[in-house]
Amino acid sequence: MANKTSQPTIRLEILRYDPEKDSAPRYQSYEVPFQEEWVVLDAINHIKDQIDGTLTHRWSCRMGVCGSCGMMVNGVAKLGCSAFLRDYYPNPIRVEPLAHFPIIRDLVVQLDGFMAKLQSVQPWIIRKEEKPVEQGEYLQSPAQHARYKDFSMCINCLLCYAACPVTELEPHFLGPAAIALAQRYNLDSRDEGREIRQETVSSHIGIWQCTLVGECSVVCPKHVDPAGAIQQAKLASTMDWYKELLWPWGGKR
Amino acid sequence: MKPYVRPISAGWWLHRMPYLRFMLREFSAVFIAAYVIIFLVMILRISQGQAAYEAFRADLQSPLAILFHVVALLFALLHTISWFQLTPKAMAVWKGEERVPPAMLIIPNYVAWVVLSGVVAWIVLGG
Repeated sequence: MANKTSQPTIRLEILRYDPEKDSAPRYQSYEVPFQEEWVVLDAINHIKDQIDGTLTHRWSCRMGVCGSCGMMVNGVAKLGCSAFLRDYYPNPIRVEPLAHFPIIRDLVVQLDGFMAKLQSVQPWIIRKEEKPVEQGEYLQSPAQHARYKDFSMCINCLLCYAACPVTELEPHFLGPAAIALAQRYNLDSRDEGREIRQETVSSHIGIWQCTLVGECSVVCPKHVDPAGAIQQAKLASTMDWYKELLWPWGGKR
Repeated sequence: MKPYVRPISAGWWLHRMPYLRFMLREFSAVFIAAYVIIFLVMILRISQGQAAYEAFRADLQSPLAILFHVVALLFALLHTISWFQLTPKAMAVWKGEERVPPAMLIIPNYVAWVVLSGVVAWIVLGG
């Protein structure tokens, strides 16, 4: 077994920001032990526990479920728990907070803007009229479930926002995850709220801001394909427009 | 305590290859538009008689015009192929519980391209 002095190491350059001391963020380098099975989150936890307790970051499950440890790893939005050190070794790894979000401290970003956007698309089942409980549940076939299943896998990790240049250039843009979740409910056979959601989703801050860069779907750790959700919502909205043009007396569905 | 907002870099699209590819795809529209304008000028020249059309054709043989057409062709190919590949993003076609594979939506685009190009070539080459 190798003794401690011959243990290989890898350098992490982490963007630090202390709102009480710093006027702008700065990079700080840490040398951590290189372990084959370690991910970036393990290295950051090692720094926090053994080297510098002032480093602040979010994490929870360590297995790509909770969506807390989103960060920029060498400029790419990733979950810290899914980015293996061995994929970068022996080169140093640059770790930054998720792009396009305000930095609260070190790797912790402000999520308030996203929370408001998410709420604005009303991502829950909307019924025109609820049926009484005694009439039983709303049934759904496997084929109806398949229509929206992929879009329902979102864990709100926000890697898609960090990968989307439009969310930076147009800060009011609803963004990939919020629209994907709106589409998830629009496609749910139990839902009747599409028309209500359309007021936000098809507005000037909604789907038409998307220029289909497509990186949101590439970085998504849950294969939600938000870019697909947005384009499909665009297609459905365009069909609405044509239907209204050609069939104005048909009334809105 | 105010959260720090990072400045927007004007060169954001140069930082990563996928962003550069996206910008080239968007930029291709400029060449498509320029080509359409040249095409419209050609129709105008035809309407002005044979002498005007011959002069226009002579202009098209300048090295600059040839270079433009080569570059415009490359951008037109990039534009066409990248949008063909993206068709399945916008179109979710379902067969029961299974989504129709993306290739089934992409291939008809290429078939239509080849057939229509063949028709155009047949007309132009005096079929």
